[in-house]
Amino acid sequence: MSKILEKEYFSKNVAKIVLDAPEIAKSRKPGHFVIIKIGDKGERIPLTIASSDPEKGTVTLVVQKVGVTSDKLLALEVGDEVTDVVGPLGEATHIENVGTVLCAGGGVGVAPLLPIVEGFKKAGNRVITVLAARSKDLVILEEQMREFSDEVIIMTDDGTYGKKGLVTLGMEEVIQREKVNLSVVIGPAIMMKFAALTTKKYNIKTYASLNTIMVDGTGMCGACRVEVGGKTKFVCVDGPEFNAHEVDFDQMLMRLGAYKDQEYAAYQKYLETEETVA
Amino acid sequence: MENIAEYLKAERSQEWRDEVRKSMKTKLRLEKVRVQMSEEDPNVRNTNNIEVNTGLSVEEAVLEAQRCIDCPTPTCMTGCPVGINIPKFVKKIETEDFLGAAAVLKDTNGLPAVCGRVCPQEKQCEAQCFYTIKLGKPAVAIGHLERFAADFEQKSGQIAIPEVAKSNKIKLGVVGSGPAGLAASGDLAKFGYDVTVFEALHEIGGVLKYGIPEFRLPNDVVDVEIESLKQMGVKFRTNFIVGKTASFEDLKEDGFKAFFVGSGAGLPRFMNIPGENYNGIFSSNEYLTRVNLMNAANPEYDTPVHSGKLVAVIGGGNTAMDSVRTAKRLGADRSMIIYRRSEAEMPARLEEVKHAKEEGIEFMNLHNPLEYYADDKGMVKSMKVQKMELGEPDSSGRRRPIAIEGSEFILEVDTVVVSVGVSPNPIVPAALPKLEITDWGTIVVDKDTMQSTTIPEIFAGGDIVRGGATVILAMGDGRKAAAGMHKYIQEKIKAN
Ligand SMILES: Cc1cc2nc3c(=O)[nH]c(=O)nc-3n(C[C@H](O)[C@H](O)[C@H](O)COP(=O)(O)OP(=O)(O)OC[C@H]3O[C@@H](n4cnc5c(N)ncnc54)[C@H](O)[C@@H]3O)c2cc1C
Ligand SMILES: Cc1cc2nc3c(=O)[nH]c(=O)nc-3n(C[C@H](O)[C@H](O)[C@H](O)COP(=O)(O)OP(=O)(O)OC[C@H]3O[C@@H](n4cnc5c(N)ncnc54)[C@H](O)[C@@H]3O)c2cc1C
Ligand code: SF4
Ligand code: SF4
Ligand code: FES
Repeated sequence: MSKILEKEYFSKNVAKIVLDAPEIAKSRKPGHFVIIKIGDKGERIPLTIASSDPEKGTVTLVVQKVGVTSDKLLALEVGDEVTDVVGPLGEATHIENVGTVLCAGGGVGVAPLLPIVEGFKKAGNRVITVLAARSKDLVILEEQMREFSDEVIIMTDDGTYGKKGLVTLGMEEVIQREKVNLSVVIGPAIMMKFAALTTKKYNIKTYASLNTIMVDGTGMCGACRVEVGGKTKFVCVDGPEFNAHEVDFDQMLMRLGAYKDQEYAAYQKYLETEETVA
Repeated sequence: MENIAEYLKAERSQEWRDEVRKSMKTKLRLEKVRVQMSEEDPNVRNTNNIEVNTGLSVEEAVLEAQRCIDCPTPTCMTGCPVGINIPKFVKKIETEDFLGAAAVLKDTNGLPAVCGRVCPQEKQCEAQCFYTIKLGKPAVAIGHLERFAADFEQKSGQIAIPEVAKSNKIKLGVVGSGPAGLAASGDLAKFGYDVTVFEALHEIGGVLKYGIPEFRLPNDVVDVEIESLKQMGVKFRTNFIVGKTASFEDLKEDGFKAFFVGSGAGLPRFMNIPGENYNGIFSSNEYLTRVNLMNAANPEYDTPVHSGKLVAVIGGGNTAMDSVRTAKRLGADRSMIIYRRSEAEMPARLEEVKHAKEEGIEFMNLHNPLEYYADDKGMVKSMKVQKMELGEPDSSGRRRPIAIEGSEFILEVDTVVVSVGVSPNPIVPAALPKLEITDWGTIVVDKDTMQSTTIPEIFAGGDIVRGGATVILAMGDGRKAAAGMHKYIQEKIKAN
């Protein structure tokens, strides 16, 4: 059980949640994630630890509402308890001072990108962040990213905010303009695939943080597996960060769709019952 | 117990034992037929989750107990990894002192209700019974009787909580709450230690909870045993991964003096054949975890699972049997075992294979998968299978399967469960660089004390040492390690 100590909405579907979890706060490094479960009947889902305060014994999550569990989490208020929180999981991000780092995030990847942007900035890098969304109202965490980025470039598919175009366009613009030493991309598999192809063209070392489906998060089930460099890897223990140029994104994309219909149906059902209750 | 033979002899010559033995002629005992445990109807049970074996009635148990001739040299005991005093508990059942029988079991086995259900008795105690080795007849149904006595105690509401020595306030940690960890924690509590069990998952019980299905081992049965441990003062911390949530160093700073590692063999193996990462292809760990731990088949729970219609399970062990029977229960039209050797080599418990057959599971023995194919959404739709034949025995002593060239064919499937074994869980070895491990990733320990060969305050047992074994072997290790830890701590205290 972990108590929610603070909660703040960044936008309609994105909020920051501060949890009381002293042991995790003490052991956590940037890039680590937790698995949470709400209630006896809940599902286990992975969420990146955005930041932690070992002194206060707290960890901060930034959660985007996309389905049943993320919705249930955001429905909890300060003082409520999250039934299960386990972590920190995964391998920590390799944060070093390399020079200029180009970070790109889209969709569910923007939240987990935040601590990485912060980490690279604090390590003394020049950090340029590209945030991509379908349209203006889906752009999230812009303000928080600005705090730790030397520059933030916003890309929207429909041009309603920032520049019109895909994330790769924004990345390419930066790469053509100045020397980029490292790139980090997080987002939907399809976005990471094209982002990786872009940086590969210019021979820029790139990490992708993979957000596969997970169950236990400890290497026990293999649900999170994906091929990297021709070998099957378990994202929860071998990752979540991998050399983006070696990841089989097509396979990852396919595996992410495994429960799409069931998840969609479950969320519709959940929303209906929520409405009848409310 | 310096001399076990002496002790057994003394036990056997007690008056009550003499009386039971004399109460019936040996000839009469030998003529009796082994009891058959009643079972749920195979065509009904394969649609629900209720326990298949329904247990013995009092009359059946007493009749079966009468078959045991209370041998002067009970060979059955040599087959039991924890050395349960088998004739003693069986004779207690014969005298209808069922709680007494349960007490005998608990002297050496903290989880008799579990072992009575899941031990491979036909390879252990029952394999060494006088009936099996000397008469060539069905053994005394030791497993059934063990379950009977343990269930009787659970239902009686008079569960004997083992006596616990006065607290010595010394903190010891147990990593993992599977059978090895539970057995170790029980014994350490008896010695008077302040024991905390750390468990990575949100439930206590290890494979007993997330692996073995409800229809074979109901969770309630496990929970009763865990409750006993709690009453003995054992503390449990779920959602706590030792080596991640806190390091061994952190815990030592917190006052923990030594650790028992029973972290199991949680890493699933795949075959690395083409197409194995398509959707609809799971490790048995994932499949069983979704269904058993996360309750995915129940629509009220949030976790989803594939309820395939054409399900192939690769493997021939207990895990494969549990997966294939689970698939049937989730509504599969065809649930198939694909196993590369023949039935004689199957490592699964005999009873499970029998039950599986009754439930309509198809066995494709001497078959091996080569490749999987998927539809345009990446869902598995078929697989290429090759027929095998048996050649000369290999290093495991089993006849080696050899592929028959040109025998390949395509089998339609929509779900595949890969159940070809597990590797040791790497989290603890990764957290302790000085720990000696084998090339297989198992922890190297002294076989008598279960103490790590390189880090004195670490003890280990169960699957993390054996690489995959049985519940009772894991428990035996846990108990041995508890004794080893006790000795280690006491010697340290003396030295200071
Ligand atoms: C290592 C890791 C770190 C993560 N960190 C964060 C984080 O900090 N903040 C955050 O908001 N989310 C994060 N995610 C994603 C988060 O776990 C999923 O959004 C969550 O599992 C969705 O659960 P749900 O029940 O709400 O939705 P579901 O009902 O499970 O899914 C709803 C929809 O989202 C899609 N979806 C589900 N899971 C994912 C996924 N992993 N990636 C892409 N699409 C998905 C589904 O296909 C479906 O269409 C992370 C994922 C991983 C693996
Ligand atoms: C499906 C299935 C069916 C089986 N059927 C039978 C059967 O019928 N009969 C039989 O005798 N045997 C059977 N077995 C084998 C038997 O279950 C195992 O040999 C036994 O459970 C091993 O016990 P253990 O305590 O070593 O490990 P486990 O039961 O695997 O427990 C280990 C526990 O440690 C936890 N853990 C791991 N790392 C950490 C960490 N760092 N910190 C905290 N916790 C951690 C894990 O989450 C887990 O709960 C079966 C196994 C499976 C998978
Ligand atoms: S614990 Fe297992 S091996 Fe030992 S007597 Fe009981 S059933 Fe037989
Ligand atoms: S060997 Fe068989 S008959 Fe003899 S004591 Fe053991 S169970 Fe009874
Ligand atoms: S989530 Fe189960 S192995 Fe990674």
